[in-house]
Amino acid sequence: MHYALLIDFGSTFTKVTAVDLISEEIVGTASAFTTVDSDIGTGLNVALDRLRRVTGDIAFEFKSACSSAAGGLRMMVSGLVPELTAEAARLAALGAGARITRLFTHELTRRDLIAIEADPPDIFLMTGGTDGGNRACMEKNAEKLRSLSVQFPIILAGNRQAIDACEDALADFPVTVCPNVMPSFGVLNIEPVQREIRDLFLKHIVNARGLSKTKKILSDILMPTPSAILSAMKLLADGTEKETGIGELMGIDVGGATTDVYTIARGEPVDMNVICKGLDEPYAKRTVEGDIGMRYSVAGIVSEVGQSWISERSGLTADDCATYISELSDDKSKVPLTHDDALARFDHALASGAVEIATRRHAGVLEEAFTTSGLIYVQTGKDLRSVRQIIFTGGSFIHAQSPLDIARHALYTERYPMSLRPKQATVLRDDRYILSAMGVLAEREKDIALRIIKRELVPLGDISLGDDS
Amino acid sequence: MEQGNGKKLVIGVIGADVHAVGIRILEYAFREAGFDVTNLGVMVSQEEFIGAALETAADAIVISSLYGHGELDCRGMRDKMDEAGLDGLLLYVGGNIVVGKQDFVDVEKRFHEMGFDRVFPPGTPPEETIYYLKKDLGVD
Repeated sequence: MHYALLIDFGSTFTKVTAVDLISEEIVGTASAFTTVDSDIGTGLNVALDRLRRVTGDIAFEFKSACSSAAGGLRMMVSGLVPELTAEAARLAALGAGARITRLFTHELTRRDLIAIEADPPDIFLMTGGTDGGNRACMEKNAEKLRSLSVQFPIILAGNRQAIDACEDALADFPVTVCPNVMPSFGVLNIEPVQREIRDLFLKHIVNARGLSKTKKILSDILMPTPSAILSAMKLLADGTEKETGIGELMGIDVGGATTDVYTIARGEPVDMNVICKGLDEPYAKRTVEGDIGMRYSVAGIVSEVGQSWISERSGLTADDCATYISELSDDKSKVPLTHDDALARFDHALASGAVEIATRRHAGVLEEAFTTSGLIYVQTGKDLRSVRQIIFTGGSFIHAQSPLDIARHALYTERYPMSLRPKQATVLRDDRYILSAMGVLAEREKDIALRIIKRELVPLGDISLGDDS
Repeated sequence: MEQGNGKKLVIGVIGADVHAVGIRILEYAFREAGFDVTNLGVMVSQEEFIGAALETAADAIVISSLYGHGELDCRGMRDKMDEAGLDGLLLYVGGNIVVGKQDFVDVEKRFHEMGFDRVFPPGTPPEETIYYLKKDLGVD
């Protein structure tokens, strides 16, 4: 009974990982297609049969899962000012592993309400105003949501003076109240909301998503998959009381539809002549680029970097690139057959572009300002230039032939000197997709999970500024 | 310190101005006078003032400028506030707000035309600003 079974219900694949808790080793992994439309247990059983062929018959001390199946945890968030409470709400939801289907600022409109009704979220996070500040935004929005014909859990995490009126207005909804995401100007307080999101995920979403059918075989479904990955990254960076971590890091997951970037880093300014602006940055930060991905979001990459950039880096002619762009929009399941075929080179360029854009959007930026006291820099976001480790996970990177060339696009470059990305880094790769599983395992066995992550991540080499054009 | 008067101020130094000390003194003086103060510090943009005033439901914005470019930095502030739904919000400016030695009567007139409710010359003691804030906001 000294084995643990960890399950990741993905949108396409259900992945299972068996861990020996005594030898602290992964004894087997397997996967099968996720079967969310019928019974999600069907796909799981296929995966478990495959796992059994590797591990033989073993009994599990516990079985835990994370899930991004059936669209993942779908949230809508609302706030007042786009760069302030709405941004705090966005950071809170992303960090809790959610997919944000809509973000609303200021007061909800009739069209907004129609959109909410047409595609209701799993959770609605409502914020707005500092404590003692603006009340109208939340109170009016609550009044408007009350008229909806659909219901969903609502988290109120804005101006505490507005909470009573909101609770009264939303008496028919399951409402929970959390401390304000921005209690005073610029101050970020998102952990309480994130804990609440996770509780709601356990209580409501798991049932709603047909995942509850698997309850008899599972001890628990703990969290959305991105939250498990973030938690594994944080464990790896910080360590535990007994086991040291590896320090600040960046994580990148280039998927088919989106590209996620994680940083576990303080990102504070290093120089004296820097002034920080904007909202506080979360130490463990996740951003999701919905328009950047290897199959469903090819167009987003191309429109951002330009077709000539892709053509230059893939060595393909502009015409060939155009052909692939249109072919991939018709057939998302196309994959390269060999490492040197043209599609593989096209994918290489796409992945490079995805990493380039997603890291640039995640990292902080400097702006120059000439003042009477000389040159001053204004920093918005995190300064990641001293982060020294980059973790890659996700298929596009795992199957790539020249992963370091792709990874270089996450670095600081002279071309974008104001984008505060790492100046040099050791690249580690999650070859066996174990990060989400270890994030789940860490709920019970932090030390074991950390030691396995440290052993399993494959160092690919070091990259530094100036290696690439 | 006087008891809180429930009025909320957003204060800061506008533009590429890094004079950090004066704004701290103002913050202290306004707090002592009973105001609830959000101090945005130095190098504050118009958008930051407006965002902070919206979120905190401020009763007034007090802009400081000491490096002579205040006139450029403040241009369009009132229009942006109107756009953001802060129309009618009390707006003050003070400090060395223009270049060189100019007749303050002219300076004040120009800033009034730009939509500032009160304009304070160099060397204004905090007590004077506090007096007008209380008067304009109906405190006491």
